[in-house]
Amino acid sequence: MYTGLKSMREAFGDALVTLGKQNEQVVVLTADLTDAIKVGEFKKLFPHRFYQMGIKESDMMGTAAGMAIDGRIPFATTFAAFATSLANQPIRVSIGYNNANVKIATSHGGMCVGADGATHQSFEDIGLMRLIPNMTIIVPCDANEAYKATMAASRIDGPVYLRFGRIPTLVVTKETDDFVVGKGNVLRKGNDIAIVATGMMVPTSLEAARELEKEGIKARVINIHTVKPLDDELILTAARECGAIVTCEEHSIIGGLGSAVSDLLAKNHPTPLSMVGVLDTFGESGEPDEILEKYHLTSRDIVAQVRHVLNKK
Amino acid sequence: MKVERCKGEPDIVHLKSFAQQLRRDALHMIYNAKSGHIGGSLGIAEYVAALYGYVMQTDSDNPLDPDRDRFVLSNGHTCATYYAALARTGHIPLSELATFRKMGSRLQGHPSRVALSPFVETSTGPLGQGFSVANGIALSIRQRASKARVYCILGDGEMQEGQVWEAFMTASHYHLSNMTVLINNNRLQIDGPVKEVMNLDNLSSRLSSFGWNVLEIDGNDMNEVVNALKEAVAYTAGPTVILGNTLMGKGVPFMEDLASWHGNCPTQEQTISALESVGCNDEYHDCKEFVK
Repeated sequence: MYTGLKSMREAFGDALVTLGKQNEQVVVLTADLTDAIKVGEFKKLFPHRFYQMGIKESDMMGTAAGMAIDGRIPFATTFAAFATSLANQPIRVSIGYNNANVKIATSHGGMCVGADGATHQSFEDIGLMRLIPNMTIIVPCDANEAYKATMAASRIDGPVYLRFGRIPTLVVTKETDDFVVGKGNVLRKGNDIAIVATGMMVPTSLEAARELEKEGIKARVINIHTVKPLDDELILTAARECGAIVTCEEHSIIGGLGSAVSDLLAKNHPTPLSMVGVLDTFGESGEPDEILEKYHLTSRDIVAQVRHVLNKK
Repeated sequence: MKVERCKGEPDIVHLKSFAQQLRRDALHMIYNAKSGHIGGSLGIAEYVAALYGYVMQTDSDNPLDPDRDRFVLSNGHTCATYYAALARTGHIPLSELATFRKMGSRLQGHPSRVALSPFVETSTGPLGQGFSVANGIALSIRQRASKARVYCILGDGEMQEGQVWEAFMTASHYHLSNMTVLINNNRLQIDGPVKEVMNLDNLSSRLSSFGWNVLEIDGNDMNEVVNALKEAVAYTAGPTVILGNTLMGKGVPFMEDLASWHGNCPTQEQTISALESVGCNDEYHDCKEFVK
């Protein structure tokens, strides 16, 4: 599998090729973003199962729903921002309400989309998808997980939202690591604080945990690749054993993982909580490092929030 | 009950009578529910009767036959007529029509796949959604080399939704000759005449320019409806759209061509009068569950 730096969208493209060989029912639709979402190889190998839909995301989602209703396993692919907000109505009715077996697979999830700027950054997609009943939401943390998530999504009978990032990120999981939809993974042990992270903030959280260890703070790092359904038990256990939680996501602090964890804790085991995420604001053009710095998505921001929440313990 | 695709010569007298039956059922259902969309339901009776009575291959004993023809009611609010056709062709019990729009019913206020699978292929209601799904079904059917066909009814007001034009592009781009759209062109919508609310004039040329085979007909004339549908089946170069000029409230003179009957429920007196207009007699009181 993958090591070093690798983008999740490339791993998705590789997984699709494997799926294409394994399962005749798998079809791929895209809205004029073949190379950006890395479905070009699938197109080349399985041209009769590849559907170019043009720049019309809403129609693509509805068409994918119809294909699923007739027995295909469609992967409808585009950017996260366009899929989830522009095409929200067909996702809600034609995919969600119908419980149609469509995999909505997106690239450019989060803030690191290059220099394209605010319109192409996606920080509300997880929230929009969480509100739709029947939807499973998977946000892999690296290329290995992106591959496994794609394979796993094809085995789920129902709608799945897959969110991949654009830029190459550090591979932190191994081929042999478990990947079970709905089950988070503890990547680092510790009982002083639990850092609950999703997506590319998982490698950042591991980096923060290493920094914290220098101060004698042992952080448990939990990778929540499935934001819905949430692994309630793993998070509640962490709350009981660590006594404080910091959530980390490349998404708004409204509606995403932080909100989901906050809901869970408030109802079951009130625990001091702090959130690292986008602070209810639009983004802008910039290099990934500049964006992460300005929007408080670095390991230093995680460390600061850990210190802050530990004072409330 | 089994209907084979366009088998033999159509029995127009029977199909006309079937359409009137659907009108009676829709009136009963909407009065019984105390709400619903009677105007459009009456207007599409010829379309639905022709499809379920002659054109579409359906079999109530084998509802999941992969080669069955598919129906998508994109203007989902006119579903009373659709449910009535399902009942009259043996897919659902006749008595169930009396549950229309009530809590727990499979006959939801707008067609629900969750509630009434597999007879409802896709949930509709928010306008502009069903057509794309119908295209997806047609593409999938073609991919697995089935002879099944897909029929989709669109409202003319619904065509103000942008996604409808996206779907027209898709079917034309993919030369989906197994796809037929029927437009309920009654020129009215909730807020008034379509041309005043948001003009859609020259629909025929708009549709031709999108690459569709356009057949303009009187959508309430059974002969013209059946002939157009047969022509659509025979046309293999691409998708066909039947631009049928219809009347909202067709068959009930005091409702005809009035936008106010889009979503108004008739009173008891109005219902009795309407049923007389569409040929009420004891023979058609076979669904005992309706309130009298």
